[in-house]
Amino acid sequence: MNTNRLTPARWFSGGLLLVVFVVLALLPQYNHGYTVTLLTDILRYAILTLAWMIFSGPTNYMSLATAAFYGIGFYIAAIANGPVPFAVAIIIAGLVSFVVALLVGALTLRLRGVYFCIFTFALTLLIQNVVLEVERVVTHTRGRFVEAETTEVAYYAMFIVAIFTIAMAVLIRRSRYGLALQSIGEHEEAAAHSGINVVRTKVLVFAASAMPMAMAGAIIATQRTYIDPGIAFSLQSSFLPVLMALFGGMSNLVGPIIGAAVFTYIGELLLTEFPDLYMLIFGVVLILAILFMPNGIVGLAQTVWTKIRGSRRSAAEGGRRAPA
Amino acid sequence: MAAVRDIIITGLLLGGIFALVSVGLSLQYGVGRVLNVAHGEFIMIGAFVTFWLFSSINLNPIVSIVITAPLIFVIGWLLHATLFRRLMHNAPNLDVFEGQSMLAAFGLLYVAQNIARIIWGSQTYQVNYMNTTVTGAQIPLNRLVALAVVIVVGVAFYLFLARTRMGKAIRSSAQDPTTAGLMGVDINSVLAICFGLGLAMAGIAGSLISFVYPIQTSMGLQYTVIAMIVVVLGGLGSITGAMIGGVILGIVSQLVTHFQPTWTMIAYYVVFVVLLLARPKGIMGK
Repeated sequence: MNTNRLTPARWFSGGLLLVVFVVLALLPQYNHGYTVTLLTDILRYAILTLAWMIFSGPTNYMSLATAAFYGIGFYIAAIANGPVPFAVAIIIAGLVSFVVALLVGALTLRLRGVYFCIFTFALTLLIQNVVLEVERVVTHTRGRFVEAETTEVAYYAMFIVAIFTIAMAVLIRRSRYGLALQSIGEHEEAAAHSGINVVRTKVLVFAASAMPMAMAGAIIATQRTYIDPGIAFSLQSSFLPVLMALFGGMSNLVGPIIGAAVFTYIGELLLTEFPDLYMLIFGVVLILAILFMPNGIVGLAQTVWTKIRGSRRSAAEGGRRAPA
Repeated sequence: MAAVRDIIITGLLLGGIFALVSVGLSLQYGVGRVLNVAHGEFIMIGAFVTFWLFSSINLNPIVSIVITAPLIFVIGWLLHATLFRRLMHNAPNLDVFEGQSMLAAFGLLYVAQNIARIIWGSQTYQVNYMNTTVTGAQIPLNRLVALAVVIVVGVAFYLFLARTRMGKAIRSSAQDPTTAGLMGVDINSVLAICFGLGLAMAGIAGSLISFVYPIQTSMGLQYTVIAMIVVVLGGLGSITGAMIGGVILGIVSQLVTHFQPTWTMIAYYVVFVVLLLARPKGIMGK
């Protein structure tokens, strides 16, 4: 799975990525408004999903802290965008999130399995409550206004962060950190015994993966004008990336992007068609997706493919056997 | 001194409800390996069904437990028999199942909360039941009644686990489901019953909460988080641990409320973080 040989499948996915890249880069020149907003949204979830997968994919540590880092991005944008240029605000968001994740990781990555999962789940709500309380006691406000950016600027910013995220995912995968993470996921003690600094690897990669999450948050915040802790730290941002990664399949980097695109589009469609029932239907879709496509859309495609090949092969074998 | 006494007493009363909620969650995770993030939604459903019975036919909230608990038990049993059982059989290993069942529970959270919102809206309600205080202390009578119910349910559940055949099957399934299955325990039915029982406890807690605290359709998540903290505090899967953890968190809650009411949620997390770091397996964990 992780060899560096250029198989036809790799050529194909590489070429596909290039085509998608060019189309996405040129799109706002020809199309304005809704499509650009929708694509910004899809890119946002693709970033969150990929970033989530950088750490949680190989290690099997299920992090639900995505919303925490994403929300930090929101608040950094609210504070910094305006006083400093937009690009600088995004970078600050990434750095702050990196530092927070480093601290959190250093404290909690001793936890295993479901404990880590519960802890990260609670972390999001903790940060949300602290922000709420700080706003109430210190600034006497609820929510903040964010200096807005145009949809085109937000789109290109998101696009650049998406490329940054993909590059990071690929580089980490190919580096010794990627291998180390994978061996941690398979057997942590064995990894430690074979000389991997387990704690340092986990903490560093966890912190690195928190950067794009906050950057995406900082960009989306400029499209909202008004934010409050409920919006910034919504649990949806923690669970949806997990769902999208599972749905897309985690064996390669294209799957999660497909997952993000499909679910964002379904969400958008439901929101416009049934604004009152949106959340209800989305819950049902979520359950059905897990129930009937547990291996994701890529897994489904693989199953169908092996069935077709399997039946073809058995037919061929049957054909050979028949004369004898 | 009176303040300390009141903190301890109200803390115990609140802790009882927390314990009930957490035992349910602990049962679902400890036996069924489902980290049910929708647990709190069934507290909400229990509370609203109680409220609805109280306001429409003036049914006593304590009596309505006889309706809410079986109703929610059946919902839980069906959910496990259809949704979680299928996930369990399709998942290649336990880790995958834990992840998938949690996501499915998250979907359930949306479904339950939004159905409730469509029916009851987003206003705040409260069942006005026995709102008089006991002379001598500033303890509302309804909280004492709630604690009494919690104790009855707790003792009944303990006896059920310790003395009955089904209880034995549940305990053995929690220890080692494969071996339990080989010994003739119908593991599917045990897991479905455990899930249903866990939710039924959430439902009972909901009935009690409806006349102690204001209720809203969005109240569930808060209780889910409390239950998770308590369960980790006591040790995942440990019923006694969940009881002790509930009482500790109840007292912490009242202590913080005494000084700064809006900080309770933050105080829970502080307790939680400190405990996770100091003793990740919980008080009663092995």
